[in-house]
Amino acid sequence: MTPLAGYLLVAALLFSIGLAGALTRRNAILVLIGIELMLNAANLNLIAFWRYGPHPEALTGMMFAIFSIAVAAAEAAVGLGLVIQIHRHAHTTDLDQMNRMKG
Amino acid sequence: MSFVFYAIAGLTLAGALAAVLLKNTVHCALALTVAFAGLALLFLELDAQFAGFAQILVYIGAVAVLVVFAILLTRGSETPKDGVYSRNWLAGLVIAAGVFAVLGWAVLGSARSLPHETAAPTVTVLQIGNALMSRYVLPLEIVALLLTAALIGAVIVAMHEKEGQK
Amino acid sequence: MQETISFTPQLTASPITGILWLIPAVPMVASGVIALLKQPKRRTASTLAIGSLSFSLLLSLIAFGHVVRDWTLGIATRETVNFTWIQVGAANVDLGWVLDPLSAVMMVMVALVGLLIFIYSIEYMKHDENFTRFFCFMSLFAGAMLGVAIANSMLLLFMCWELVGLTSYLLIGFWYQKPAAAAAAKKAFLTTRIGDVFFLLGIVWLFAQTGTLLFYNGGAGSLEAGALGGLLAQPAAWGLTAAGAIGLLIFAGAAGKSGQLPLHVWLPDAMEGPTPVSALIHAATMVAAGVYLIARVYPLMQAGALAGGTTTALTVVTWVGASTAVFAALIAVAQNDIKRILAYSTISQLGYMMAGLGMGGVAVGMFHLITHAFFKALLFLGAGSVIHGCHEEQDIRRMGGLKADMPLTFATYGIGMLALCGFPLLFSGFWSKDGILEAAMHWSVAKTPLYMLVFGALLTAFYMTRQVGYVFFGFNRGSKDAHESPEVMTVPLVVLAFFAMALGLIGTPAWPWFRGFLDGRAVGFDWHGFIEPGLLALMATSTVVVFVGIGLAWRLYGDQSPKPTEPDVLEAAAPLPWGWLRDRLYVDELYGVTVIVFYGWWARVAEWLDRRVWGGAVSGVAWAFGLWAQLNRFLDNNWVDGGFDKSCDELASGGGLLARVQTGRVQTYLRLLALAVVALALMLIWSSRA
Repeated sequence: MTPLAGYLLVAALLFSIGLAGALTRRNAILVLIGIELMLNAANLNLIAFWRYGPHPEALTGMMFAIFSIAVAAAEAAVGLGLVIQIHRHAHTTDLDQMNRMKG
Repeated sequence: MSFVFYAIAGLTLAGALAAVLLKNTVHCALALTVAFAGLALLFLELDAQFAGFAQILVYIGAVAVLVVFAILLTRGSETPKDGVYSRNWLAGLVIAAGVFAVLGWAVLGSARSLPHETAAPTVTVLQIGNALMSRYVLPLEIVALLLTAALIGAVIVAMHEKEGQK
Repeated sequence: MQETISFTPQLTASPITGILWLIPAVPMVASGVIALLKQPKRRTASTLAIGSLSFSLLLSLIAFGHVVRDWTLGIATRETVNFTWIQVGAANVDLGWVLDPLSAVMMVMVALVGLLIFIYSIEYMKHDENFTRFFCFMSLFAGAMLGVAIANSMLLLFMCWELVGLTSYLLIGFWYQKPAAAAAAKKAFLTTRIGDVFFLLGIVWLFAQTGTLLFYNGGAGSLEAGALGGLLAQPAAWGLTAAGAIGLLIFAGAAGKSGQLPLHVWLPDAMEGPTPVSALIHAATMVAAGVYLIARVYPLMQAGALAGGTTTALTVVTWVGASTAVFAALIAVAQNDIKRILAYSTISQLGYMMAGLGMGGVAVGMFHLITHAFFKALLFLGAGSVIHGCHEEQDIRRMGGLKADMPLTFATYGIGMLALCGFPLLFSGFWSKDGILEAAMHWSVAKTPLYMLVFGALLTAFYMTRQVGYVFFGFNRGSKDAHESPEVMTVPLVVLAFFAMALGLIGTPAWPWFRGFLDGRAVGFDWHGFIEPGLLALMATSTVVVFVGIGLAWRLYGDQSPKPTEPDVLEAAAPLPWGWLRDRLYVDELYGVTVIVFYGWWARVAEWLDRRVWGGAVSGVAWAFGLWAQLNRFLDNNWVDGGFDKSCDELASGGGLLARVQTGRVQTYLRLLALAVVALALMLIWSSRA
């Protein structure tokens, strides 16, 4: 197994764990935590390919990862702000109880 | 695959698992921090020093703290009586397992054709700075705009509503 | 007896033959017009009827004169006018009329006697409120009877035959409110119908066999040599040829109409109708139609006979006729109703006519028919006059002494009675009856009919004298005084009486003009006609018979005037035979226990069949439909509606099931998203791999 494959597997595992958390935990914040984990796994993928791939342009992978980090941070901020607002309304962050859209 | 890699990978995954599985939400946030740190170490292992330190700065320094703040602000009815996992958590688990299966299969299936460049790209901070101001200036400005919007948005979203106003 | 036609035949139609169809048509049209008149228009009705029949008489006389002129010139007339009425495939249904001596004499007789009776009816039916209807029917009858006389087509003859039967029914039941009259009309119609069925079979067989309905058609007719040869060659059952079988079938029809032995039962009952009806229809014309029919189809009846011999058909005709003659005469002896005596007398004389046809040929039978028409009509009209004068009394035991009260009626009635008895020399009945007896004497098969007919003559004289004695002699046993009838009624009596005497002149052996006229031979006056072997002896015998009969009856009944409560002289002497004769030898009762019972049984069977079998079938079909409807309803309710409802419910629950996906929870949507991504990824990988 090449090192790249190893890093990719780790990233895949991290992604799945994050997905599992997002899909199974009740607390809205923990869903956001899962999402952050998924984003990080994607970043790891990017960096791994930047390191072990050919380098015609040496910066692309790194820049991509950096911008990804920036965007993730912004998204986390807004998301958590929303969760706080929801908590103010429903007095709970339990996702199972939020089924106003039930059809 | 060196021992270092396995160690750091194990730490990261342990932290991630803990973040997802623990009951106490604050413990989850702290475990998340550990996972972020592990990832930063992995970046450093991959000769992406700037990315690693950016990871530490942004994720651990801002996002994790933000998460802790949010957890503490939304305490009240923590730990619901019928468990922290949702109903049909098994379905979510199965789906995640399925995703991992597909990804793993894709990776292992194409392991022979993956690139393997041993030489690490030499990227200095000077180069990154130059690139940001020349080649990547547009994305930079857009990200700046994005961050501004996020800032304003987060403030507005989380703002207390005035009394008596709709 | 084979007669050879020595005259030259005349077949092309002369102008009179061209308009011959008017003779029956005009009275029928008059009948139609009278039918449209209202009841009070009596004068118009009678004028129309008499006028139309006078016109027919005039034309008949012209036609008769034409035929006589031809005969004097040595031409045997048989002019026909034929036309095709319908074409059925290859066969033609033809109608047509014929002018020959036979039809000429029949036409004249019918028209003349009919006219006299019409005139008589004006007075006789004066008090009846249905005067107009009477003349409508009588006129229709006259037209139909004349149609029978001139018909050249079997179909036309049958159509007019049925019309005659219909009008007879209508006229017998003229006073239909009387149950006896209605029943008598029905009986007449049904009894003649039995004969008509056989007649129709004969017609159909004849048509099928010869291919034509016409009698004479220039060599192609069914009574001409070609067709007869074909019929003789064709065998039928029981040793008969087709000719013989058809002849017997036609005779069955004639037997019904002319009251021969088993089918005579309707004639006495037909006396329920008014007396002019009895005179015209049931004495002179309609009942003679059967005899005329046999005379008309005589070539068919005679086909196959060897010289001096006879055919099976004619033998049957003779025996039936002779039996009828004696049978009816016996019954007439014991009757007490004036019209019934005359009715049985008519039946008896019809038997004579048939016997005459069978043994002696067309001329012999037809001569008696013509003379009988006149004197029987005279007798009936005279009886009507008597009834009218005795205030509607009909029982002869309550009459009497009328010779003083009704002299003219008595005189004419006497002439008629003597003609019927066959009083020698002066009266036509003697010559015509003797013609029949002479033919019986020369008959090759047997002599028994001769003895029967002579015995019948004795009885005829006896019962007629009995009747005259009861009615006109002695003293009046009735309740009221009698009076003579007015002139309108007595003048026709006189005219008829004249003919009853005068017609004898054309039939004597010295000058057999009638026979020659019908057979197409020239005749001259020759006293040697009397010297034929056995003829004088026969004439003497019949004279003796007549005198014996009259004398015997006179001794018993002449001036005795027995009261109605006393038994008849003969009845006192021999009550049992008298009872049989008075009860008409139980023929009606025989019918009652055989035919009527069978018919009733058959009607019950048919009713049961109708109710149970056909009705049951219909009910069964209806029940099956009901069942089917119920099944349909069940299917509709449970399967169609149920199916429809169920499918709607399934749709709703399916929708409900699908809606369960929309839990409203974010994580559910996330899961679905992840699942979709997995699926998409797999698809992409697999497609790129392939």
